[in-house]
Order: sequence, then structure tokens, then C-alpha cells
Amino acid sequence: MRKVVRGFYAIAEAVRLSKPNVIAAYPITPQTEIVENLAEMYANGELGDAEYVTAESEFGAASMVLGASAAGARAFTATSSQGLLLMSEVLYNAAGMRLPIVLVIANRSVSAPLSIWNDIQDSISIRDAGIIQLYVESNQEAHDMIPLAFKVAENRDVLLPFMVCVDGFKLTHAYEPVDLLDQETVDKFLPPYNPVVKLDVNNPVAMGCYAPPPYYMEFRVAMEYAMERASKVMLQEFKKWYKLTGRDWGGHVVAENCEDAEVVVVAMGSVVPLVREVISRMRQDGKRVGMLKIRTYRPFPSREIRKALKNAGKIIVIERALSIGAEPPVTADVKSALFGLNSEVYPVVTGLGGRDIPRELVERIIEDVMKGKIKPEKRYEGLNEFEEVIP
Amino acid sequence: MNYFGPGHGACPGCGFPIAIRGAIEVLDGKVIAVNSTGCLEIVSSMYGRNTWGVPYIHSLFENAGAVAAGIETALRAMKRDNEAHVVVFAGDGATFDIGIGTLSGMMDRDHNVIYICYDNEAYQNTGNQQSMATPPGANTTTTPVGKLKPGKTGRKKDMVEIAVAHGVPYAASASIAYPKDFQRKVKRAAEFEGSKYIQVHAPCVTGWGIDGKLTVEVSKLAVETGLYPLVEYEYGKLVKVKKLKQRKPVEEYLKIQRRFRHLFKHEMGKEILEQLQKIADENAEKYGLDA
Amino acid sequence: MAKMKLYIGASSPAMSSEMKTGDWGTELAYIDKEKCIACGQCITFCPEPATSMVEEGDKKYAVVDHDYCKGCWICFTVCPVDAIEMKTKEIYKVEVC
Repeated sequence: MRKVVRGFYAIAEAVRLSKPNVIAAYPITPQTEIVENLAEMYANGELGDAEYVTAESEFGAASMVLGASAAGARAFTATSSQGLLLMSEVLYNAAGMRLPIVLVIANRSVSAPLSIWNDIQDSISIRDAGIIQLYVESNQEAHDMIPLAFKVAENRDVLLPFMVCVDGFKLTHAYEPVDLLDQETVDKFLPPYNPVVKLDVNNPVAMGCYAPPPYYMEFRVAMEYAMERASKVMLQEFKKWYKLTGRDWGGHVVAENCEDAEVVVVAMGSVVPLVREVISRMRQDGKRVGMLKIRTYRPFPSREIRKALKNAGKIIVIERALSIGAEPPVTADVKSALFGLNSEVYPVVTGLGGRDIPRELVERIIEDVMKGKIKPEKRYEGLNEFEEVIP
Repeated sequence: MNYFGPGHGACPGCGFPIAIRGAIEVLDGKVIAVNSTGCLEIVSSMYGRNTWGVPYIHSLFENAGAVAAGIETALRAMKRDNEAHVVVFAGDGATFDIGIGTLSGMMDRDHNVIYICYDNEAYQNTGNQQSMATPPGANTTTTPVGKLKPGKTGRKKDMVEIAVAHGVPYAASASIAYPKDFQRKVKRAAEFEGSKYIQVHAPCVTGWGIDGKLTVEVSKLAVETGLYPLVEYEYGKLVKVKKLKQRKPVEEYLKIQRRFRHLFKHEMGKEILEQLQKIADENAEKYGLDA
Repeated sequence: MAKMKLYIGASSPAMSSEMKTGDWGTELAYIDKEKCIACGQCITFCPEPATSMVEEGDKKYAVVDHDYCKGCWICFTVCPVDAIEMKTKEIYKVEVC
């Protein structure tokens, strides 16, 4: 059913349809409305047998979904920014324990200075935890990816947490038309969770054991292998999703107009539709430009990116995160994917802390790159000139 | 099958294994054990050599309360809540200090969990650093005795009272010197719906500087001097206290432990000894310990 | 060489009994079955557990499994009838000159 809804509702509704057993909640802007919507569903008896539990912190919420998942439950939580940073110790742990919990991150900048507005520095900062990360461009994609997240995470070849990253405010609070799923469709796609191991008195196992040096490395490398398998499993599930719903979200990346493009813009998240629009206008003017949307950030789709960008001489990466003291994160990953190719990469850091990314800015950057006006090195766009005052 | 051990790596004479096994046995093995990082975790959960005959989970140092809450919630959601008691085993560092947030959340929401804190009065796994459960005067590696300092200054936090203040249905203190009393308390705790808190005094041979020969005696003396009163609360009411026929002076407890030995010669020792005796006296008055 | 088995998500069942911790201590506990009154105190208090009760006809008494006795002396201190003796292991009986 097609309805104009806000992002947080589309997300909450997809969570409901995925029939989780346990939802843990702790408020943080701009995620709050997701768990508020779920709380309302719970209060009205719309969540079936699910238990909804409020936590004393995001750390507690993550720990509760960890415990619930270990007990064999399908578990969900959501957070943003500082909440994610507070959860991070638990999330590293849950990934290592191979618990398929699903989280939605309503992406928000990190403090200090405090800012409630959007960029993706929060989720990017825990990219090495062993958690699958998928960035969406619209609320429809967010809605669709939640049942898919559970299915991939719970696949016995994967068993890793899955994080659906949705830009805070820009998507979570935006009204968009969304084809809302129905229970029958979701049930067809997502079977009930059948855990590989669980806490069970009839079959006692020990979870979260410490590994001495003869074992530790194997466990961590096993996570790496699971991530590699996740890559394949995700592609299969994307296809199944398309067959079932008629909505084709593509693979780990979506290459648009890349084949003959001189310049390709790499984008992730809610900035994608804007870049797409700019590209299509420039195409109408006969300019050979394209866009590469990265959906899956972990496992990082190096092969797909290399394939899509092999003909593009110049690549602009829209960066909405910093890795302070090093190359911006997406650029670093893209460059490693392109290693050995003769391409120039232009990292453009912009839009931090909710700063607007105007269409003109994207157009100008592309023009400048085409004309050879700027160098392939890190630059900040939309940045005011400032001087540091150190008293 | 054994529920806990043998073959675990606890030091000879360690106190807490007596409590862990005692708790699981009195619950007939119907236990899902949740353990925070610490001594117990390290001696019992090496991969491939785990010592638990009941389902066991260790996640982090500071989240046992929340992990237990999550398990309990999941069991309830999946209609499996009659399968087992969710029991936390956490040290005093995990309980009094780093994990008090998640424990407070668990108790506030009144999850049906038995939370057992084995209290060896310092971070013993990392080698005897002070926690908020360390009593005044104790020599630890982070409150060492020096020319100016007599060991730890400040009080031991009263976690039983903090549990009671959360409105939990049951809270008690116990000691490994009285295992039957401890087991009775665990069993009693299991009769209540909601969060239960039991704190069991368990000597650490290395941290306290005692011999295994003294493990039981020293913990008995903690009770007999009034420094570790054995109390029991139901719905916030003090229902039972272990009475002492003849309360012993605190020195008897302190002098046999290396961690307190300096108090008898340090310049500030006398002051600390008086403080400790005062704590014991206050306990006696508050709980009516003297028979 | 056989591949290492790595159990994902949880360790295999309890295996610690393979750790024969009885070789840790310098002493071992011995229970005099004639003196033993089968009160079970040593079993309640043994941290390992290395003590258990056995029955021989109508005689019940506690025994120590030396595979796991760490020689901590706890049973010795709680036995109400002094039926437990701590004996130094042969290898530690050395003369110091």
C-alpha cells in the first residue's frame, strides 16, 4: 500500500512486520521517533508476542539485545551518534559473539561540538567492528532493507549484526511516498528465526568464552570469512527481494551512467538522489558524467567498485565523514579498490553536522574536475573561511 | 554431571567457587548463568575448556545486568520463562563500580533475575586494585600504603541498601563461611518474581594476603565482628539478621590479613582501626546484630 | 594435520574436567574413612569440587579426587572431626641444606 509517511514510521513498520521477539529502546535525536512508533505499536498490541523494553542507556539497550539474541530471540534496537558510540563496546562484542542483531542508525554527527544534525561520522566510526553496514537513499529503501537485514544477519553462513544506516532528519523525518509492505509478503521472504546456538538448559553451551592465543586469531579471521560470505548472501537476497516486490535496489553498488563517463561521483545515503539529478541534467547537456551509489559499506564491495569505475578517469567522492588525521574514510576505501588503475580521486568533504549540500555545489565540483581546475586531493566544500583563536 | 567444575582455574583456597556451585546446585541446575568479566570468567570460561554444566554467557565487564535483562525478556517473549532462572554472577568491581548502571536498569525494570555479587572487595583479577567495595584501610595496588597514606580511605559502598532502594522484592548479604545460609537465600530469592540481589562475601587469597587455611575462618570473622552483617530484606523490610552472641573486636578479623597488617604500625592505622570498629558498631546498631 | 574445529557462537560443552588441576598444589587432602562421619562439610566447602561421598555397604564417607585437589586446606579447616590430613606430595619432600 502506497502511503506518504515519515521515515521513522516506515522504519518502525518494517520492524513490526519482521516480527522481532525483543526490542530495546533508548531515546536519542533523531532516532527517538523510531522507538516511539514501536512503543505505540506495542502499547496497542500490534507487535504480537514481542517484548518492548526501555533501557537505562544505549549501552544497556545494546546489551539487552545481545542477551536476547543469545537466548535465541530476534532482536532489534536503533540509535544515533553518541548513542552508537556508547554502544560500540557492546556491538564489537556482539559481532564477535556472532549474534545477528539488527540495528537502525539514524545517522547524526558526533560530539564535540554537540550537533544533532546529519552526517555519517557515527556509523563510519565503527566500520571495523564486524557489522554489516548498508546506507540507504530513501525511506522506501530503508523500509525494504529491514526484513532483508534480518534475513542476511541470521543466515547461518553469515551470523553477524546488520546495521541499516538512514540519514537522520534528512530521511528519518522526511515525508516520502512509501509502498508499505504487508505481512504476507514479509512472511514469504523472512522465515522465523532459527538460531544456530542459544542459551538453553537442555543443551548447555558457553557463549562469550575467552580465547587464548591458540584460538583468538582464528575467531577474528572467521569473522572476516563470514563478511565475505555475507557479500554473496546479500546479492542473492537483493535479487529475491526484487522478484518478490518488484523493487530493484541493485547490488552492493549501483552504477548509473558510468560506462562512458569521464567523471563519476561516488555517493552514499541521502545525497544520492541529489547527485542523480545533477548527473541526469548534465547528461542532457551531453556531458559524460556518472554516479556510483555505494549501498553496502561493510563488507566493502571493492570488486564491484573497481569494475564500475574502471573506465572513469576522474572520481569524485562525496565524503560526509572525516577520519581525522588521515584520508576521509570512503575515499581511502575507494582508492584501495582502484589500486593500480590510472584514475584520479577527488575527495570532497562536505555536509558535516547537517550543513546543506546544494545542487550548485555538486555541479560546480563536477565542472571544475572536468575542466581540470582542481587537484585530486582532499578539499572541503561549503566550508566558511575561519581562523582559529587559541587564547 | 557437575554444574561447575572441577578443573577450573581458581586459586587454591579461592572463596567464590563455593558460592557459584552452591547457587547452581540449590537451583537444581535450572540456571542460565550470566557472568561479567573478572576472576570467575577467566578461571571458568576458556574456549574449549569451559567449566560450566549450565548454559553460560559472558559479554562484557559492565553489562551483566542488561544482558541478563535481555535474556529474561527474550525468554518471556518466547514463552520459555519457566525453563530456567536467569542468574548473574558478577564480582564487586562489575557490580559496585563499572556495571552499576546496567544493574540499576535491571532492578528498576524489575526483571526476573537473581543477581549474585561475589564480593572479594577489590579488582582481584587484575591484581588487587581498589573498588568501591574495598573497605577502608585495605592495602591495594591503587591505594598502596605509603608514608602519607594508610591504604584505602573512604567507605565501602552499601550495595545491599542500594538494591533495596530500587524496591526489589528481595535483597540479602551472605558469606561463603555460611554456605547453607547462602543457599537458603538463593532458594528464597528464586521464590520472588522480579529482581533479586544477593551479595556474598568471598575471600581472595592473593589479594587479601591469606592462606587457603584461613579462607573460611577469615570470612567467618568478617561476620562475627559485625563488619559483614548477614541481612535479608523482603520488599524493603529487614526480615532476618544473623545475630552474634559475642561480637568480636574488628582487630581479630584484620590482623590475620596482609592487606590490613600495616594498620597495626602505620601512623594513621589507629584512626582507621577506630573507623572500622565504628562501622562494625554502627552495623550492630542498625541491624541489631548483638544477640 | 587435522583442521582446528572452531565452534561459532559458543564453546563446546563443559570440558574443564580435562584440566587436572590436582598437580597445582604442594599438598593433597586425605580423608580417614574411619573417622569420617559423612557430614558433607568438606563437599559443601570444596571450591573445585574434588570431594564426593561414597557408600561402601552401610558405611558412607567422603573421598578426595586427587586429579583435582589443589591442596588448599579448606576441607581440613571445616572438618568437624579432624578426619582430614594434608600430606605433602612426594616430589616436594626435599631436604633444604
